[in-house]
Amino acid sequence: MMKALKRLFNTTRPYFESGGRLERLHPLFDAIETVAFAPALTTTADAHVRDSLDLKRFMTFVIISLMPPFFYGIYNTGYQSGLASGLDLGMVPVMMRGAGVVLPMLMVSYAVGLFWELLFASVRGHHISEGFLVTGLLFPMTLPPTTPLWQVAAGISFGVVIGKEIFGGTGRNILNPALTGRAFLFFAYPANMSGDRVWTVVQQSGQQAVDALTAATPLALAPLAASGGSVARILTDAGYSFQRLFVGNLPGSVGETSALMILLGAIFLVLTGVGNYRIMVGGVLGVLAVAYPGYLINLSSGGEAARMFSVHPAWHLVMGGFAFGMVYMATDPVSAPGMNLSRWIYGFAIGALTVMIRVFNPAYPEGVMLAILFMNLFAPLIDHFVIKARLRKRVPNV
Amino acid sequence: MENLLGLFLNSVFVGNILLSYFLGMCSFVAVSKNMDTAIGLGFAVVFVLSITAPVNWLVFHFLLSPGALRWAGLEAVDLSFLKFITFIAVIAAIVQMVEMVIDRYSPALYMALGVFLPLIAVNCAILGASLFMVERDYTFIETVVFGFGSGVGWLMAIVSMAAIRIKMRYANVPEGLEGFGITMIMTGLMAMGFMLFSGITL
Repeated sequence: MMKALKRLFNTTRPYFESGGRLERLHPLFDAIETVAFAPALTTTADAHVRDSLDLKRFMTFVIISLMPPFFYGIYNTGYQSGLASGLDLGMVPVMMRGAGVVLPMLMVSYAVGLFWELLFASVRGHHISEGFLVTGLLFPMTLPPTTPLWQVAAGISFGVVIGKEIFGGTGRNILNPALTGRAFLFFAYPANMSGDRVWTVVQQSGQQAVDALTAATPLALAPLAASGGSVARILTDAGYSFQRLFVGNLPGSVGETSALMILLGAIFLVLTGVGNYRIMVGGVLGVLAVAYPGYLINLSSGGEAARMFSVHPAWHLVMGGFAFGMVYMATDPVSAPGMNLSRWIYGFAIGALTVMIRVFNPAYPEGVMLAILFMNLFAPLIDHFVIKARLRKRVPNV
Repeated sequence: MENLLGLFLNSVFVGNILLSYFLGMCSFVAVSKNMDTAIGLGFAVVFVLSITAPVNWLVFHFLLSPGALRWAGLEAVDLSFLKFITFIAVIAAIVQMVEMVIDRYSPALYMALGVFLPLIAVNCAILGASLFMVERDYTFIETVVFGFGSGVGWLMAIVSMAAIRIKMRYANVPEGLEGFGITMIMTGLMAMGFMLFSGITL
């Protein structure tokens, strides 16, 4: 089997090498070949240490860690859709229904993203990078399940081209490409990205056209508290308990709902050393540092001051996209800062900003997406000052 | 006091003069190549803004606005049509002074800023802040805070852009987009990041 594969690659290689007929498509050939075999290239100049953990394996680890929230996302999309449409809630039909919604989004995201990646790689002569496999998977997981497929295509195009390729491809971008695409969709088509209707796919089956059953997400419910009553009460009345938010059986973007599954992914990322724990822990601390004092002030004022603070701080960790963003987006090694101290600052700021936007900004129910993009902008600056401070401490070698 | 703090945060983040009003772009794009000059110019802008906005407030309220010349016995005179030219003249004079001060105390910064220092005089952010001050009917204290806050917002934007451009030295930008092109795109992406704050009312 492997030998046949090897022979296939060897016989087709001449077409793709310089002078061959398909020379321009060499990046495609290269990308497929390195999935099957480790590249035979060796470094020619002086000694280099090469780890077997190359970019391809590194990105594969991220994809593995994305599997729990991804499959749970399929299940949950199918379940919420079945619940709202009054359909069978058995495991198999639920998974089928969820896959029917999520897989087309994933395929469009991969196909359109790959098209751009291949175009840039062929014209500019760089490799197709595996970072794209992560972006293409992350992107649909941040979207509401009702997103039209053409919007998925538009978003991933913006993310890959403007967010990454014009900077020269993987490893050179400033902002996280998947989030850039998500933010683009959020501002370009707000009607499809927010509100109460977008989080559940309602299927019309026979006479049952039950629009009224689509449930609001916790973060969409929270601002309603302005008309009286604490947020915690409203959430409990709507049937959201901490356990339910943690497990993730609720409407929301495809991959974001289950803090439990994301936690599994986070543990995997941290253990393999792919995701940086400092950013994640910093984020959690940031959330608590803002939400706890707010919660106490709110309690002491009898629930009057800043209503969104009436939610217990721990809830902020499991609501909305915070967990997903913090684990998979904020830890993106390209757009995050590179110094350990900067990583703490960066994570902390994302967590703190997320809660502040949830509490103080009436325009957005959720702040984690823009908080990460905002801190992506400041990551190089934080690094700059941290490095400067460190250089100042160093004893000059005379 | 709370109101003033709100105004300050508003002018730094929510209504960042560069990233939400796109004022002062030319020097932002041109000087952000180097971290040290960016910081230098940023502080020069903070300084100039926090002086010119209040001075222009005084000029406007005691010389130009309708009925401002009451103290001279000229109740019916309305010179507010002169505000553009007067504001620019005041700004130019103050920039000239700042230039002389920097030249005297920090020749290195003076050399590094080069032509961009006199160009602060025509930096749209400076004139913009004075005009916003008129349009929004700020009091004197509010104008001081607003001028300073706008300057800090501008400083923050140019310094983070300088850091991003240092990181972008590793980027492999397509030929047609090198330099100004990618900087403009990056500015747009930065503005998108700053949308984080839009909608907050302070």
